[in-house]
Amino acid sequence: MCASPSYRMQFMLCAGTGCLASGSLDVKEALDRELAKRNLQDEVQIIMTGCNGFCAAGPIVVAYPEGILYNRVKPEHAPLIVEEHVLKGRVVEKLLFKEEAAKDRVPLMKDIDFFGLQRLIVLRNRGLIDAESIDDYIARDGYAALAKVLAEMTPEDVIEEIKKSGLRGRGGGGFPAGLKWEECRKYTSFPKFTICNGDEGDPGAFMDRSVMEGDPHSVLEGMAISGYAIGAEQGYIYVRAEYPLAIQRLQKAIEDARAYGLLGEDILGKGFNFDIAIYPGAGAFVCGESTALMYSIEGKRGMPRIKPPRSAEAGLWNQPTNLNNVETYANINPIILNGADWFASIGTEGSKGTKVFALTGAIANVGLVEVPMGTSLKSLIFDIGGGIPKKRKFKAAQIGGPSGGCIPSGMEDVQIDYESLLSVGAMMGSGGVVIMDELTCMVDTARFFTDFSVEESCGKCVPCREGLKVMYDKLTDIVEGRGKEGDVEFLIELGHHINNTSHCGLGKSAANPVLSTIRYFRHEYDAHIRDKHCPALVCPDLIDFVVIEDKCKMCGLCYRNCPSGAVIWEKKTVARIDLDKCTKCRTCISNCRFGAIR
Amino acid sequence: MAKISIEDLKRIKEEQRGKMVLRDGTYRAKITVHMGTCGIAAGARDVMTAFRDLIAQKDLTDVIITNSGCAGLCSKEPMVTVELSDQSPVKYILVDKEKAARIFKEHVMQGKAVEEFALARGSETTAT
Repeated sequence: MCASPSYRMQFMLCAGTGCLASGSLDVKEALDRELAKRNLQDEVQIIMTGCNGFCAAGPIVVAYPEGILYNRVKPEHAPLIVEEHVLKGRVVEKLLFKEEAAKDRVPLMKDIDFFGLQRLIVLRNRGLIDAESIDDYIARDGYAALAKVLAEMTPEDVIEEIKKSGLRGRGGGGFPAGLKWEECRKYTSFPKFTICNGDEGDPGAFMDRSVMEGDPHSVLEGMAISGYAIGAEQGYIYVRAEYPLAIQRLQKAIEDARAYGLLGEDILGKGFNFDIAIYPGAGAFVCGESTALMYSIEGKRGMPRIKPPRSAEAGLWNQPTNLNNVETYANINPIILNGADWFASIGTEGSKGTKVFALTGAIANVGLVEVPMGTSLKSLIFDIGGGIPKKRKFKAAQIGGPSGGCIPSGMEDVQIDYESLLSVGAMMGSGGVVIMDELTCMVDTARFFTDFSVEESCGKCVPCREGLKVMYDKLTDIVEGRGKEGDVEFLIELGHHINNTSHCGLGKSAANPVLSTIRYFRHEYDAHIRDKHCPALVCPDLIDFVVIEDKCKMCGLCYRNCPSGAVIWEKKTVARIDLDKCTKCRTCISNCRFGAIR
Repeated sequence: MAKISIEDLKRIKEEQRGKMVLRDGTYRAKITVHMGTCGIAAGARDVMTAFRDLIAQKDLTDVIITNSGCAGLCSKEPMVTVELSDQSPVKYILVDKEKAARIFKEHVMQGKAVEEFALARGSETTAT
C-alpha cells in the first residue's frame, strides 16, 4: 500500500465473499476510473476491507473521515459519488442505508442499530483495515500482544491470564480455552502442535470465514501466542477448500508475517520459533470434529476416534496438540493487551466476552453481528437484525446448526450464553442463527437438518449412520402424508438413543433439531399426522390447494401468477383451483396476501 | 522487509496509524473546505491543495482535511472552516493560497484564529 499521508478521504470498500458476490470489485474499478478521470486518485484512497457484516445491503462503501455508510452501491453510482461526495462534499442521499422501520435515512454508522448495538472484540478491525496489509493490522495494536507475551510473560503467565479471562471455545463446545492450553502444556513430548479449526460447516454460518478473510493476522497472532503457551513450534490452519478467499488472504498474511519475522525463527529477537501452514480440507462436515480433523491433516480418512487420550496428550501424529476455533484465537490479542479482568467484565457469570453470529433466514439485516454474551435473543433479532421482513411474524430461531435446536416465539427473552441456550434445548454452536417466520414448517426444517446430518455422517458408528437415516425416512413419511399415531413418540425415543449412544459430538447432537422442534412445535407434527395438513403450507402433499371463500378478496393475484393455468378466476368472483392442472408449486400461496388458500 | 524487533513493531504502528487516522475518528484539527459549485469556481480546489501540501510537508497525522458543500455565502467563497478539538469552529472567507498558509500556521498549528480573515465563530443554529 503506497499510502501518502495527504489522502484526505478514504473509501473502505467491503471485499468479503458476500460483497464480492454482489459486485464490489466492479464498484472499485468504477470508482478508480472516476477518480482518475477527475485526477483525484492522490486525494482519495480506496481500501478493500474484510466483511463488514452487513451482507444483506452489500456492496458496502464507508466513506471516512465522516464515517458515512453507502449501501447497495453499483458501478454506475461511481460518478455520482465522486461528483457529490468527493468534489462537493454532499452526502449522496439515495445510497444511504434506510432502516425498515425508520422514516428518515440515517447516514452515520454509529446511528444504525445494526452497528450501534454491537460490541466488537473479535471483529475489532472489520471494515477498518486493509485485509491484506500487515501494517494496517499492526497500526491497530496487531502483534503487540505477541510482543508483550514474548517480552514480559512466561508461558504459565499466559495460560493463567487466559484462564482468568473465562474465554471459552467458540467452536461450539464451549470448553475453557485456558484449561485446554494448560492441559497441553503439561505433556513434555516434542514436537507439539497448535491447530486452528477453520472448517466452518454449519448451514448458514460464516463467522469464521469473515474473520479469516477480513483480519487474518488476528488468527495468526492468537495461534503464535498459544504456541508459546503450550510449547509448540508449528501451527496448522485447517480451512475448508470452499473458502478460497480465506485461504488466499491467510496465505498472504503468513508470507507477510514471515517477512517481518513475526513467524519463523527467533520471533522479535526473543528466541521463540513458530511457523504456520495451511491445510485445505476437502469439505467433509465431520472434519470439524477435532480428532477427525487431525486424521485428515495426517492424510487419513476423516473419522473421529475414541477419547481419551485427549488431543492435548496424543493428537496430531500422536503428539500433544492444542486445537481452537478461529474466533477463539481472534479473542487472544485483546485479552492479552487489555487484561483478563477487562474481558471477564463483559458478558455473564458463566460466559465471558462476546459472540459473533451469522444472522440468516427471514430477517431484515442478514449479516454478521458481534454482541456481548447475555444479550437477549429479542434484541439480536429485532434491534440489530431489524426484525422479520414483509410484516410477517417471528416463529422460531434455529441456533447452533445441525447440532442445535429451535427457540420458539414467546421465548425471545432468553439470554444468549452457553448455559441459557442449553437450558432451552438449543446450543451456542459456532454461531449460525437461522430466523424463521410463520411460513416455515418446523417438521420440514427438522427434516432439512436431519438430511444434512445423514449426508455428513462419517458412518463410523451405528446410531448416527443408521439411526439418522431411519429418522429421516420417518420424517419424510410425515411430510408426505404417511404419518401415523406413535410416530412422534418413536422419533423422541430414537432421537434420545442417537444422542446417547453416538460416538462423537456430531452424532451426540444430531437429533437435536428433531427433538427441539417436537418439544416446541408438537402441534405441527400432530397436524401433519392426524389432519394430514401442513399448517405453514410448506409440505405440498399436505396442502389442499382449496380457496377459502370467506377470505378470498377476489384480487386475482393467484390467477395471474399461476404458471400452470390451474386457477380459475374472473373479476369479482372467488378464485378456484383446478386440481387436475395444479402442480402444487405453491406460487398461489406465496402470492396470496390474505391467507385464503389452504 | 527485514526481520523486526519489538521497537520496529512500535515504529510501524506509529507510522501506519498516521495514515489511518481518517478512520479512527480521533484528530486534533479538522479543516473543511467548502466546495460547492460556487466554491470550486472561486478557487476552492487550490485552497484544498494548499492545505494538503502543508499537512504533507509537516507530516502531520492528527489534522484531517475534508470538504463540504456550499456554506450559503457564495459571494465570499472560497470559504474554509477550521475546527480544533477544544474550540468552537471558525469560518474563514475569501481564502486563497497565501491566506491558507497563514491560517494553517497560526490557527491550526498555534491554536490562534486569524481574526482578520475570519467571518464568524461557531456553527449555524439548525432546527434539530
